[in-house]
Amino acid sequence: MTAEQPWVEVLGVRHHGPGSARSVAAALEALAPDCVLVEGPADADPVLALAASPDMTPPVALLGYAADAPGTAAFWPFAVFSPEWQAVSYALRHGVRLQLCDLPAAVSLAQREADAGPGPDGDASRDPDGDPHGDPEGDPGPDRAGESLRAQARTDPIALLAHAAGHDDPERWWDDVVESRGAVAAAQAPPSPDGGRAHPALGAFAAVAEAMTVLREAVPTPEGPERDREEQREAHMRQVLRAVLRDGARRVVVVCGAWHVPALTGALPTATADARRLRGLPRRKVVLTWVPWTHSRLAYASGYGAGVESPGWYHHLFTAPDRTVTRWMTRVAGVLRAQDLPVSSAHVIESVRLAEALATLRGRPLAGLAEVTEATRAVLCEGDDVALASVTSALVVGERLGGVPDDAPVVPLMADLRAQARRLRLKPDAAERVLDLDLRTGTDRARSVLLHRLTLLDLPWGVAADGGVRSTGTFRETWALRWTPSLEVAAVEASMWGATVAAAAGERVVATAQGRAGGAADAPGAGRAPTLPGLAALVRSCLLADLPDATDRLLAALADRAARDTDVAHLMAALPGLVEAQRYGDVRQTDTEALGRVADTLLVRICAGLPAAVSALDDDGAAALRTHVEAVHAAVALRAVPQDRDRWLDTLHGLVDRADVHGLLVGRAVRLLRDAGRVDPADAAARLGRALSVGADAPAKAAWVEGFLAGGGLLLVHDADLLALLDRWVRGLREQEFVDVLPLVRRSFGAFEAGERRAVADRVRALPVGAAGGARPGAGAGWPDVDPDRAAAALGTVAAILGLSEALR
Amino acid sequence: MTTTDLPAGDARPQAALLRPHAEQQFAAELAALAAQDAAQGSARPPSWVLSPGAVVTYLLGGTTADGTVVTPKYVGPRRLVEVAVATLATDRALLLLGVPGTAKTWVSEHLAAAVSGDSTLLVQGTSGTAEESIRYGWNYARLLAEGPSPAAIVASPVMTAMADGRIARVEELTRIPSDVQDALITILSEKTLPVPELGTEVQAAKGFNVIATANNRDRGVNELSSALRRRFNTVVLPLPAGEDEEVEIVSRRVEQLGRALELPEVPAAMEEIRRVVTVFRELRSGVTADGRTTLKSPSGTLSTAEAISVVTHGLALSAHFGDGVLRAHDVAAGILGAVVQDPVADRTVWTEYLEAVVRERAGWGDFYRACREVSG
Repeated sequence: MTAEQPWVEVLGVRHHGPGSARSVAAALEALAPDCVLVEGPADADPVLALAASPDMTPPVALLGYAADAPGTAAFWPFAVFSPEWQAVSYALRHGVRLQLCDLPAAVSLAQREADAGPGPDGDASRDPDGDPHGDPEGDPGPDRAGESLRAQARTDPIALLAHAAGHDDPERWWDDVVESRGAVAAAQAPPSPDGGRAHPALGAFAAVAEAMTVLREAVPTPEGPERDREEQREAHMRQVLRAVLRDGARRVVVVCGAWHVPALTGALPTATADARRLRGLPRRKVVLTWVPWTHSRLAYASGYGAGVESPGWYHHLFTAPDRTVTRWMTRVAGVLRAQDLPVSSAHVIESVRLAEALATLRGRPLAGLAEVTEATRAVLCEGDDVALASVTSALVVGERLGGVPDDAPVVPLMADLRAQARRLRLKPDAAERVLDLDLRTGTDRARSVLLHRLTLLDLPWGVAADGGVRSTGTFRETWALRWTPSLEVAAVEASMWGATVAAAAGERVVATAQGRAGGAADAPGAGRAPTLPGLAALVRSCLLADLPDATDRLLAALADRAARDTDVAHLMAALPGLVEAQRYGDVRQTDTEALGRVADTLLVRICAGLPAAVSALDDDGAAALRTHVEAVHAAVALRAVPQDRDRWLDTLHGLVDRADVHGLLVGRAVRLLRDAGRVDPADAAARLGRALSVGADAPAKAAWVEGFLAGGGLLLVHDADLLALLDRWVRGLREQEFVDVLPLVRRSFGAFEAGERRAVADRVRALPVGAAGGARPGAGAGWPDVDPDRAAAALGTVAAILGLSEALR
Repeated sequence: MTTTDLPAGDARPQAALLRPHAEQQFAAELAALAAQDAAQGSARPPSWVLSPGAVVTYLLGGTTADGTVVTPKYVGPRRLVEVAVATLATDRALLLLGVPGTAKTWVSEHLAAAVSGDSTLLVQGTSGTAEESIRYGWNYARLLAEGPSPAAIVASPVMTAMADGRIARVEELTRIPSDVQDALITILSEKTLPVPELGTEVQAAKGFNVIATANNRDRGVNELSSALRRRFNTVVLPLPAGEDEEVEIVSRRVEQLGRALELPEVPAAMEEIRRVVTVFRELRSGVTADGRTTLKSPSGTLSTAEAISVVTHGLALSAHFGDGVLRAHDVAAGILGAVVQDPVADRTVWTEYLEAVVRERAGWGDFYRACREVSG
């Protein structure tokens, strides 16, 4: 190349577009530049060299965060199919001068902070950068259709053009239209004036530049801060370009978003005007580093607004050498076979045919993601959306996890953790140390919150210990602290959840609740949604870790799960925990209104489901349900909401007249209703009498009595009628029946306090001797076969147990 | 057993028929689309009456070049229809799956009418369907008199379709006994139907294909063998996606049915229709329309077809026994019957829904009371 005159070639790309990436790689090889400028934060130049490290495997992201507030952070992700990544690797591989040319992160973060105002730290990371390569605005703005069109024109203008042409896969449109047309145009074009630069790949970029010029005229950015920022960014790019030309670069290639191409070519504003535009921009101290990224975080589906919907498909488009659809279908077949779904080669053949037929029907020369997905669904998955979803997550999105070299600077989560530890005077120490916290003091409470959050993040710096002081009250906690080097690694892994401890813990908890915490960086075994009681436990952890946002989202998940759970016992197990959490939350001054609402709906569901759940239970089932009924009853009392209480008591009342309900539950329900004043004592006595009458067999009666008497015998002390009824029943039992019910009755009475038992026995003694007669110990009349001498020893013992020793003496 | 064997059906005027075939009812639209294809020179697969693009337009509705309005036959995702048509064009058989009431048969009839101009080559699958209905039978009088001969063969709809290069339809494929289903395998893979008694075979002409429908709720009745399954491309027809879409489908069908059954006119009761559709959608999807409350789903399907029958039933009640206006209590009993199929589990679901959702909803007081009344 005999270029005396320095030249600049601007390659307008689609961010994360494999077609663009391939074209960029080809163009760079053909042009052999001596300087490459890439759209990206200019102050990241120092860490850029790390990209050459063999340990650096995309997907990775450049991460910039404010040194004093790690929550203010922005990410610039790169995949292997990102054109920017291709440009960076080309430059590093060939030792070509490489520079990033967008506004420095120091400026864009300061600007964003100025826009957003001082928000709570941690929120910023959940709302990452809107445009992957520069525009630091998280939210594209008002929701008007025209506005969203304009926003798309700026962030992904090529997709906009593809959609206008009727393609829903912009990458296939690029292959079909941009590359093939571009190649044709370049072949037909007369030799370009500046020598041998007419390469087929360049034709594509010329076509894009032309389209963008038209598009920028048709859809101009409206006046306002957004326009200002765009102009500042482009001014900065031009200034960097001028600087490298001044430094003697002769063959310069600029790789930037297609939207910016017209601003860097043709007639440019003067350097003075650009310098004026860049004067006085806010700045703050930022740290830039690389972090590992994942394909699923690149994907739109994970809430990362600037991402691509199908990184796995793009990766395939970029890496597959030929026969893209056939290779893709073969990989899909592999995924399905790994799940033991029978997929033959004939299936693959038919799916490829269907994808191509569909493309023809839709008038597209190449099958895109939409067509291959339809073909996968109709042929390989036999219409099954569940199987298709597994293909989507495994291939279309993909689970690829990137890696960064060990010498990359520290992640913001770790910085935040260290800052908090310093503030709370917790020193990382390899030796174990026991820490007693008094939650009534501010510092200790903050420490407890931090340690709880770290536990949620699988960063077990502190382990909650059952210290001796624990039982003395809920305001004390004991932790065993021990810092291990593995925590540093865990922190890097946990940083995928957020930039601050609070944000990451919240995000992680919500992910666990939704059963999607099974990311590559995660503990094995995670990834399945927890059970209902498990969710209730998570809510409690959230309250301890003071994560109100996550608590709200958890409660929503809990309400969802409660609605789907058909097992009333699960619902009943979850309710008491929630009600207690509400009371506990009151102590910690958290907003518990939402908790209350969820508890209300749980109760409605319990009341609706209980009548069906109590029928036809065996002894064990009834015993299990009885504990749940008691727990719910206690929780309803604790909540003290009149209409809830009425609803619950109505439900219980609906049980007591049914014949198909286990006696234990009926007895319990009658007792609870009697204590609550819903059933008057006379009625309760009548029910006891009915339950003990001839209709039922003895064990059923005993179960009824057990349910009725559970939880204290004082009732018998004070209600003589009930006691008399019981007494009559016991005395009326035949010998075999007595043997049968003895263990059950013994169990009922055994649960009473010793004092209660004695009081009951006293009352029994005071009862008038009934007609059946002879029940009084020692009377002898009704016991003709008793040998008084031999019985005396046993009688003494029995009397001692019953507290009747006085009477015998 | 083609329609030509039954001249009585063709002789009567269309208006007297309870239900004309698709190609009869929409003959004008089909002709307009064919004319458009001819004018634009669109490529047609062999033996097809219309081009694939025109078939898609026929099903989803549109306007032809000469201004004829094509009514939508199927309201649903475009991609499903495109996959179905592309499948028929690749000579793979098409299997339409869906819960009852998702217009599987309807779509299959219209696809056959648009592709080959004939939707009557139909095998209705039942547990008693014999192999003769899929292959061929014999005219026994002739067989005894003349011995085996082509004239003694009674061709099945599938055989006729193969000979003529048309679409054969198999309804309720999974209800057909497995051994009879297997008769389809040779037909679909070899595209031929041997007649060993005569030492001949019927080879399928270009354009032959099979559209089968099956209900994926009772998949277990006679599960398709994987050998047969892999000869089909599967399209699952979903329940309607949006509330407005479903209200539209229900009210349109209710109006048509009301006319066919000659019910007295009842003022259009959009409010009650919307309510029925809302209840069905919420219970079916397991979440309230505002997305705030999750619900259990009952065991029944709660398809659009059932919503249509609930509303029609309510209309009949109000027209014959009520004041002629569709009110909450006219539809309440129908809804209860549709929702509570399993007396224990579904009743719990229904009670939960009534107490947690209906009771709280503003303006639904009359509906709540009516439902409480019939729920007992």
